[in-house]
Amino acid sequence: MSLGKVDLTKIKPYGDTLNDGKVQLSFTLPVPYGDESEEAARQLAKKMGLSEASVVHSHDLGVGYTFFIVYGNCTHTVDYDAIEVPKVDVEFMDKEGVEQYIEEHIKRDVVIVGACTGSDAHTVGIDAIMNMKGFDGHYGLERYKGIEAINMGSQVLNEELIAKAIEVNADAILVSQVVTQKDVHIPNLTQLVEMLEAEGIRDKMILVAGGPRLSHELAQELGYDAGFGPGSFANHVATFIVKQMVERKMV
Amino acid sequence: MLKGCDVLNSKLGLNPEIIERARSAAKNIALETQTFIDKHSTVTVERTVARLLGIDGVDEIEKPLPNVVVDNIKEGGGLAQGAAFWIGNAIVNTGNTPQEIAEKVNAGEIDLTKLPIADKDKIFEAVQKIAVETTNKIRENRKKREDFIENVGEGKRPYLYVIVASGNIYEDIVQAQAAARQGADVVAVIRTTAQSLLDYVPYGATTEGFGGTYATQENFKLMREALDEVGEEVGRYIRVCNYCSGLCMPEIAAMGALERLDVMLNDALYGILFRDINMQRTLVDQFFSRLINGYAGIIINTGEDNYLTTADAVEEAHTVLASQFINEQYALLAGIPEEQMGLGHAFEMNPKLENGFLMELAQAQMTREIFPKAPLKYMPPTKFMTGNIFRGHVQDALFNLLSIWTGQGIQLLGMMTEAIHTPLLHDRMLAIENAQYIFNNARDLGEEIEYKTDGKIQKRAQQVLIDAEKMLIDIEKEGIFTTIEKGKFGGVKRGYTSGKGLDGVIEKSQDYFNPFIDLMLGGGQ
Repeated sequence: MSLGKVDLTKIKPYGDTLNDGKVQLSFTLPVPYGDESEEAARQLAKKMGLSEASVVHSHDLGVGYTFFIVYGNCTHTVDYDAIEVPKVDVEFMDKEGVEQYIEEHIKRDVVIVGACTGSDAHTVGIDAIMNMKGFDGHYGLERYKGIEAINMGSQVLNEELIAKAIEVNADAILVSQVVTQKDVHIPNLTQLVEMLEAEGIRDKMILVAGGPRLSHELAQELGYDAGFGPGSFANHVATFIVKQMVERKMV
Repeated sequence: MLKGCDVLNSKLGLNPEIIERARSAAKNIALETQTFIDKHSTVTVERTVARLLGIDGVDEIEKPLPNVVVDNIKEGGGLAQGAAFWIGNAIVNTGNTPQEIAEKVNAGEIDLTKLPIADKDKIFEAVQKIAVETTNKIRENRKKREDFIENVGEGKRPYLYVIVASGNIYEDIVQAQAAARQGADVVAVIRTTAQSLLDYVPYGATTEGFGGTYATQENFKLMREALDEVGEEVGRYIRVCNYCSGLCMPEIAAMGALERLDVMLNDALYGILFRDINMQRTLVDQFFSRLINGYAGIIINTGEDNYLTTADAVEEAHTVLASQFINEQYALLAGIPEEQMGLGHAFEMNPKLENGFLMELAQAQMTREIFPKAPLKYMPPTKFMTGNIFRGHVQDALFNLLSIWTGQGIQLLGMMTEAIHTPLLHDRMLAIENAQYIFNNARDLGEEIEYKTDGKIQKRAQQVLIDAEKMLIDIEKEGIFTTIEKGKFGGVKRGYTSGKGLDGVIEKSQDYFNPFIDLMLGGGQ
């Protein structure tokens, strides 16, 4: 994209021309299908900061509600240069790299306990990281030489997770929260930290959270050492854990 | 005589002799399990008997009266004879109804196992009378469903199946009615996820739940009424679906039968593997729940699709087929006809896989041919759904195309926001629109298509069948319990005496009494 010079202090969405601000959005309004609801959608888009808002599609949802697809030009800008995002700040190793690192620097098996906690029954996340098979061509922790991975599955209570971690003398705990409603994952994640602190073992373990709704920043705010969102694989989590172990002299 | 594909009229060149051998192995597996089941009962089976005899309601701490009654019998050491025996004995002793008896047990006025034992014939007679009234009521519900379909109509197959999961039954009703008006044929109310592990069924209309809504008899009733109303309006019978799984399988079946639910998720293997419920407990529970579902004309849905969320859809496809064979036999032993067997499978191959669609096609067509009368329940992509809703909508479109092509029975609609949140109102509309477009546009595609002899699709299906047959023969030798202990389904290992609910398993005595088994077996026909 060499046409036009991007002013990084004032960026806005790109459609087909620099700074056209093009945004697409869709939503439902709790009013009946018709000219009035379409106008309501347009006005709402305008209040969201979209100029020349245009309702390109509307659909009667059958209960006196209407669905809209809207395009508009965003009038706001963001200063890209001023942005700082906390990230898991390590250079990731692949599976072989992690295995070699354990052999050289830790010299014993690393014990990792993982679970999908609370009422959440969706194990896709924890399975993707821990199970032998892994996900999308990335083997899971169970297949790593030098890692003993214990996947407790879904709907595990924080109490059970902690009991298991103590029983096996875990170096790290992985908590997955996939499908949550009304943000129930937040108190659930916080409770685990509080319980570990009450047991006096919070500092003896590396605590990692993962899930589609979790950023590293949020995880840290909640008292975790790291958070892994979508697109994370076993080697990312493993790298973080083994390097932390060495850094925190847990070997 | 047998000329292979001619007999089966298989488009995939499936060998009917292999299918027959696989089916026969599955039958032996089921029969072996049945000998175990016949010797046992469970606390939830007995609470179901209490419910079917008319006991309902809760005490002052929200404990359901069926639990109060069964706990009372258990404490008195009488559960081996069955709750029906003690309730019947109390009827003969007091002349009260079962509900009055339950209330008196709760008030501490009656201790069921301490009453004098009455004449056995009188006990049986008293219980039988009520049991026949209950089964007649269930039969009437079945008739009501058939009449509604006859007089008002129903959607074409595959039925469009959507979920609602707001946590609040009244909110669920708004969403369910909207979905029905948009074209949904089946509405499932997702349960609040932790409910499967409760050893009781909550009571009354509920407005709070996480990731779903409590399954209660009152909630069933409210949803039934709401969807009958909208069914009249749109000219289609709208089926209501719930979850007959977890630690209260048969109780939920009974509630569903009494409130005319139409579809129930109902699979012990699923509970064992994915909810860590003890295998002895849930296989006994499953038998009685399927008996009720069969009698009530409820379509069961089995959970094989879930294997592929933990195991690989390419490598483990045969485990899905093997499990379907076993579930078919378990269902037959409980009197469920093939027309009510919504055997499950799923569209879960990695979208990046070259020719993944061909393998999905082979699997779907194979399942259709092997279980020709079953309203197969086809589950949408979930494992490889991402936040990219635009690609997600295309994945769901391919899934819909396969379903209409291979004649699936019940289509659980994929939501493009699968990996993000429980469906928003318009997510459901877009999913229905997607399916309706494709189903209508490609309605008779399957009838027009044949597959290349020994091509990729035929060979894939044949191989999956061979692998499933081999697996079933292994299980036949080892038994289902050992097979699960070894982790052969879904890559998940579960122990014979581990998991939840084992303490609720009871060995029946010689004089065990449950009138509903005889009344309901064989669909009551």
